[in-house]
Amino acid sequence: MEQKVATPIEKKTLIGSRVKKPDAADKATGKTRYINDMVLPQMLIGKVLFAGRPHAKIVSIDVSAAERLPGVHAVLTGKDAAGLKFGFVRDNVPLKEKVLCEHDEIAAVAADTEEIALKALELIKVEYEDLPAVFSPEAGREASAPQLRENFPDNKSLRFEFKHGDLATAEAASDFIADNIFRPHHVTHCCMGTSCAIADFDNNGKLTIWTQTQYPYNYKMDLAPALGIAPGDIRVIQPPVGGAFGSKLDVYPYEPIAALLARKTGRPVKVIYSREEEFKASPTRQAAIIHMRTGCTRDGTLTFRSADVLLDNGAYTSWGPTIPVIMMRTTSGHYRVPVVDFQAQAIYTNNPYAGSFRGYGNVQTTFATAQQMDILADQVDIDPLAFHLKNAQKSGEVTPQKSFLRECVLAECLETAARASDYSRKRAAYAAERGKPGRYKKGIGLASSIHNAGGAKIHKSDGIGTILKVDDYARVTVITGASEIGQGIDAVINLIVAEELGVPLEHITIINNDSDIAPWDVGVHASRTTFIAGNGTRRAARKAKAQILKAAEKMLGEPAAALELRGGSVVRDQCGTPLIKLDRLLRQMHFQAEPELVMVTDYYEPNSQPEGADHVSDHSAAYSHAVHIAEITVDTLTGEIKVDKITSAQDVGRVINRMGLEAQTEGGIAIGLGYALSENMQLEGGMLKNPCFRDYKLITAPEMPELEMHFIESHCAEGPYGAKGVSELPTIVIAPAIANALFNATGVRIFNPPLSPEKVARAIHETRQGGN
Amino acid sequence: MSLATEIKFTLNGRPVAVRVPVTMKTLTMLRDLLGLTGTKYACGEGECGACTVKVDGKTLNSCLMHAVDCDGREVVTIEGLKTPEGMNPMQRAFVDHGAVQCGFCMPGMIMQADYLVGENPNLTREDAQRGLEGNLCRCTGYTKVLDAVGSVVEQKCCGRC
Repeated sequence: MEQKVATPIEKKTLIGSRVKKPDAADKATGKTRYINDMVLPQMLIGKVLFAGRPHAKIVSIDVSAAERLPGVHAVLTGKDAAGLKFGFVRDNVPLKEKVLCEHDEIAAVAADTEEIALKALELIKVEYEDLPAVFSPEAGREASAPQLRENFPDNKSLRFEFKHGDLATAEAASDFIADNIFRPHHVTHCCMGTSCAIADFDNNGKLTIWTQTQYPYNYKMDLAPALGIAPGDIRVIQPPVGGAFGSKLDVYPYEPIAALLARKTGRPVKVIYSREEEFKASPTRQAAIIHMRTGCTRDGTLTFRSADVLLDNGAYTSWGPTIPVIMMRTTSGHYRVPVVDFQAQAIYTNNPYAGSFRGYGNVQTTFATAQQMDILADQVDIDPLAFHLKNAQKSGEVTPQKSFLRECVLAECLETAARASDYSRKRAAYAAERGKPGRYKKGIGLASSIHNAGGAKIHKSDGIGTILKVDDYARVTVITGASEIGQGIDAVINLIVAEELGVPLEHITIINNDSDIAPWDVGVHASRTTFIAGNGTRRAARKAKAQILKAAEKMLGEPAAALELRGGSVVRDQCGTPLIKLDRLLRQMHFQAEPELVMVTDYYEPNSQPEGADHVSDHSAAYSHAVHIAEITVDTLTGEIKVDKITSAQDVGRVINRMGLEAQTEGGIAIGLGYALSENMQLEGGMLKNPCFRDYKLITAPEMPELEMHFIESHCAEGPYGAKGVSELPTIVIAPAIANALFNATGVRIFNPPLSPEKVARAIHETRQGGN
Repeated sequence: MSLATEIKFTLNGRPVAVRVPVTMKTLTMLRDLLGLTGTKYACGEGECGACTVKVDGKTLNSCLMHAVDCDGREVVTIEGLKTPEGMNPMQRAFVDHGAVQCGFCMPGMIMQADYLVGENPNLTREDAQRGLEGNLCRCTGYTKVLDAVGSVVEQKCCGRC
């Protein structure tokens, strides 16, 4: 046979390129079947009766008329769920016998159709006796406050504390102290796909639950006590979801309710929320009252930071009141803070309760720390940029909580954002315009923060399991614990496999939605998935590659070390000459005398230490910083803030999928903008007054400012190809950047977000009156 | 069960006849009776745009329109934008520009974007921002959506006109 001279295959890296999400085409054409779209044979629809009052005894409940309605298959009340305690401190039950908040689930119905289920809810008669209620953490800790929970005499829920150094001495050594009370408010996730679960029991008592969860493995552990079954008897299937953003990091009552109805009826039951139910009954971002104090010397050196935090626990304890774990990291570790005094106390109230939400505690904390940096710079009378730079850590420094800032490019982030936005010049110019006449005022504001970027070891393990196989046709399947909730880990995994194994992106399949198949992972949280799953995927791919090249060595008689996988072939690494097609090699491996298949497993555990009771541990394998500079125009008459431009500089370690990174940053900024400017759950007496998009205002397309994003590459030693986690910081830093810009423009500061026109206009008006 | 009536209309280029309760909304008919789940429920009150479809060439929120009002009209859903040759240019642009994350709002967003460019081949970015104001997205910050729309406008200007 005539030997053709093979064309060399060039070495090309995909790291930093733009890779499309593999599910985008199906999503853009309406083909994707989300959980919300799913229908199973014999499936019933479950609906929940909510209390609609904040605190009450249930005197009587009569479900007999509902049970008699044709098409109704089951009606459950609190009695049917007695003792099925679940939640972070096991203080929740799927169906309640006492009302502790507006959205308490009192009864549930399974029926042939939603129409029948809703009709049945109307037929349930409940007699309530309303009780005195608590609507703020301050009120909840007063001696006269009604006790809400049996085992919590002072309404005190979780408490956190971290102290480092002597506060009194540090205060005495301070020339300036910023002392403010910040009141971050209630907002909610507003996933476009409303909450939904489908549950089905087989006849061996094993539950299959189709859910939107973003933490499938611990989810089993958390769901099991709500049903009185073993975690091992739960199979979690994760169909495509319409967003999560942290809202699906816990079990919420509709999920065990679906399962209880399924068990009672012997049929699959789907519970899906309307938008109004979604607003009322899904978790919130944690609301808090933060009394923060930060000191510095005359030359602008930070001396201490203290924070006394009161958290509105709400009626039950989900992840919300655990945010001090991250709040204290920023309080103690953002900038060189020699002395730290942090304490946080959560108080039970009759308000809705908080879960985790992108930025987890750091959105609230950074709103305080970043404004105080600005306030102090003003007091010292230096450019905030210089003040930030003076206190910025460098690579290798360790924070009081022992966060090891191995690769720290905070100063570079500050300088890059400031240079790109012409920050110092504009700030001085706008400040000079402040007192002058004119309705529209321009302002520029700088804010920065730190966040874990290599997971967060809040569980004993922060690891991930990966199984990878390469079949006879050189198609790769990655079976991974990493959940896809829209954030784009699918594209990252594809990119990494293609990078390592030299196969086309289209030849990779990811299986990551069935807990009976895919191995352990902690879940999508803590900006960890690209870091953790990226490392897991790379390690698994490299094991497969080693096996393939070893086989190639045997077959081709060339040393494995001199071979590479490129363009679907085995090539000589030096010159790129293809030696054999990968699929052919794989078949030869399979069909030889000593047959072998390429199927490898990997367990990756990041190099981080578990968060202990003393909160002193290097709990993430990496940390990163972001700086946002907001440029705004304030209408001083109406108080409306228009954000003209956001310039961001973020330490991303290394860009993996540039398109996904941009997308995460842009989306994170949008959520931060909504938090800063317009989103607000209007709670009156524990009741949500604005459970719809008309009155709860998300950022829309016309409000999106110009974005200029700078990705700083610090090359993280532990991260995949040097990458760090990225997704939360863009949300975290935005609100204080706008608040600082508002001060620059008007001299007004707002400590209780959102910076709504009403508040801004009133504050400007009061300042002017005060000046007169 | 409420009063029902039979209606006939054109759906994605094909004739359909379906019996619908008079109280039923177009969104429910599309999803529950006709199996076209590409059109999404996200608010049911005309505030988010996830259920956007085209009726007689104009976009509207299918959650607000009664199904009986589809009688005799031409309805196009996200499933109808794709041709046997592949995705329509707007769908392709959304995929290529990374405008799709969780994707739940995207059927409505794409329908609206496709309509806007069809109406105004010289659509500016500001026009697109205004035209998409009624379509909420929680993932993307709209930036890549607007990039995608802009690329389709450019193709139109350089290519066909």
